[in-house]
Amino acid sequence: MHVVYPAVVSALLFSIGVYGVLARRNTILVLMSVELMLNAVNLNLVAFDVWLRDRLHGGQVLTLFVIVIAAAEVGLGLAIILALYRNRRTVDLDRLRALAEPAPGDGAASPAPGRETAARAEETP
Amino acid sequence: MITTAALVVLLPFLAAVAGLLGSRWPRHVRGDHPGGAQTGPERAEAERADLAAGRRAAWIAVVPTAVSAVLAVWLAFTRWAESGHDPGGPFPFEAGGGTPGAVTGTLTVIDTGSVPISLGLLVDGLAATIGVLVTLVALAVQTYSVGYLHGDRRYPSYSAFISLFTSAMLLVVYAADLLVLYVGWEIMGLCSYLLIGHWWEDRANSRAAVKAFLVTRLGDVGFLFGIFVLGTAAGSFRIADVLAAVPGMSSGTVVAATMLLLAGVAGKSAQVPLHTWLPDAMAGPTPISALIHAATMVAAGIFIVARLHPAFLAAGPTLDVLAVLAALGMLGAALAALAQDDLKRVLAYSTISQLAYMAAALAAGSDSAAVFHLVTHGAFKALLFLCAGAVIHAVGSNLMSAMGGLRRELPVTFATMTIGFAALMGLPPASGFFSKDEVLVAVERAVAQGPLTDAAALLLYGSALATVAVTGAYATRAWLRTFFGQRAVVALPEPAPGVAHVIDTREAPATMRWPLIVLAVPALLLGFAGLSGVHWGTAALSVAVALLGAGAVYAVWRSDPLSDPARMLGPFRVPCERAFYADSAYRALFARPVLALARLVVRTDDRVVDGAVRGSGRAALGLSGLVRLTQNGNAQLYVTGLLAGVLLIAVGAVVFG
Repeated sequence: MHVVYPAVVSALLFSIGVYGVLARRNTILVLMSVELMLNAVNLNLVAFDVWLRDRLHGGQVLTLFVIVIAAAEVGLGLAIILALYRNRRTVDLDRLRALAEPAPGDGAASPAPGRETAARAEETP
Repeated sequence: MITTAALVVLLPFLAAVAGLLGSRWPRHVRGDHPGGAQTGPERAEAERADLAAGRRAAWIAVVPTAVSAVLAVWLAFTRWAESGHDPGGPFPFEAGGGTPGAVTGTLTVIDTGSVPISLGLLVDGLAATIGVLVTLVALAVQTYSVGYLHGDRRYPSYSAFISLFTSAMLLVVYAADLLVLYVGWEIMGLCSYLLIGHWWEDRANSRAAVKAFLVTRLGDVGFLFGIFVLGTAAGSFRIADVLAAVPGMSSGTVVAATMLLLAGVAGKSAQVPLHTWLPDAMAGPTPISALIHAATMVAAGIFIVARLHPAFLAAGPTLDVLAVLAALGMLGAALAALAQDDLKRVLAYSTISQLAYMAAALAAGSDSAAVFHLVTHGAFKALLFLCAGAVIHAVGSNLMSAMGGLRRELPVTFATMTIGFAALMGLPPASGFFSKDEVLVAVERAVAQGPLTDAAALLLYGSALATVAVTGAYATRAWLRTFFGQRAVVALPEPAPGVAHVIDTREAPATMRWPLIVLAVPALLLGFAGLSGVHWGTAALSVAVALLGAGAVYAVWRSDPLSDPARMLGPFRVPCERAFYADSAYRALFARPVLALARLVVRTDDRVVDGAVRGSGRAALGLSGLVRLTQNGNAQLYVTGLLAGVLLIAVGAVVFG
């Protein structure tokens, strides 16, 4: 089998993953899209390992590592999403804007103290 | 001999250090402050501490000055004995710094890379004579101040500043190097500033101090550059070397250097363009006026010209300028003195006028006459100021309209002040007669022959004779207004609560009385040192002219003893009283434009320089506001940006790599 086929499939998988990460609103689906991207990489690794006839099978070994790490990552990500849902009652990415710059209307009245408290919060974890 | 001279200079300096640091040590008790809220016992305790500090400061001030005076007299005596009793001149003093009898000593030479500075002292006839004058007047003034400023909270620092001043003046007198001299010159200016502003709580006094400081500083800039020109042209700052090198210099160099020096001389000696600070300097305590602004510091300018007289003689244009300034200054200041009501301002203008006499003698080429008049003027003008201080102490006002009829209440002051006025007018037995005669003879000779151009010499001679008459007039007026006639009753300004409103017309305390008597002796007798040199024709003319002026004032006063004889000036009275509007002219010509320029600079700094800084900050904030719009909190937007960046890099790597 020519290496082009698995390469195209993995490229398609990766593109679907990118689309999911960028466009989906549901956080769980975004996490699943990340998994898709990882698996596209895994597919590439295995395919090129076979095509290049690597004697140590580095590609396949690395794939096993990636699968293990992906499992751990999914566990961590789902735990974060659960905690998020308990606090915010939503897993909608569009509504999670805590990282935004405070809007000029409500934040400009006292921007300096806000920055100061943020700095202090960083200093004393 | 040099060790003695060094001691004469150092003793008052040590007294100044000890007085500043030690008079309140070790108890550290500060006196009461006017605004401080203190209870009765604390205040009494503080006043006692002030008095104790004052007593200690008085001993610290007077004793070293006395020792210094004794040493200076001894120095002058040995100098006089060694020089073979000085057969030629009318006065024990020889011209210039390069005289054969001069003794110099150098402590060390400082290499500066170009012209070296030598730390050295020089004792010759001129230095020894002026040194005696300075130490004796300083001693009299220190003693007098003990009584005059009794109970003053700042007396310790005051007496220490006088000691520092004495030391600086002696350094000027004995310096063998122009830059060492300049150090003393500047310290004198500083002490003058500090002492004029002794009562700085009054805004006018601190303004007068600042004015004196700024105006003399203006002249001192020229003085310093004059020293530089002379020093670089001669390759040495030593006075003897400079004077030896003068004949070899180009005339342009000598004229430039002496003109620059003349600026400093005019500033320090209150000569015409820069004279306005001296009348205002009378805001200081009267002993300060006697010491600094009559006898010593203002005479320093004359001393410098006498010290460097060979250089000035080699620069004809400078002498002409000096002659014109002296001619204007002596007559103008004498007329201004005729119209003043403030006794101290009369004496201040009289000082300007008499200093112009000395400058006239120098311009006419006779430095011995100038120094002779300097010494006698130092004695009688210090005496006059101290007497004026005693009068003011008794009356409680500076104004002559508040005085009158004081000859019975203040007999000692009356007698000594009469001697002083006689010397000022140049009446025969007093010292001023002999020295003024010397000056007039020198000026008279300059008309026929000498370094001056004819026009300048004639102007100088006419002005000198006219000034003799005006001097007689204003001296008589001040004398009559102070000691004769009816006692003028005036309402004094309301005193502060708790201060007794009493005019105490008793004779001053002994510490103030004795300096008057001691100073009256040289003011009366010093002139006989020049007895051999009197030219009786000129002398008779000057006495006649002085008596003419005095008689005119007496006749006017006689007709109406209650009013001011200055009314004889008629329409010229107001211009004379305002000193020919020199202050107003300077204010309009210099002070206002400088202030406007200063305001402009401040505004430029505020608007343009600071505006650029503030504007850059505001611009950065505005730009960052644009960038901030992208930070909307949507993590997917950030990832999109990240991906776009990666794509750009990848495309770039493929296309350009």
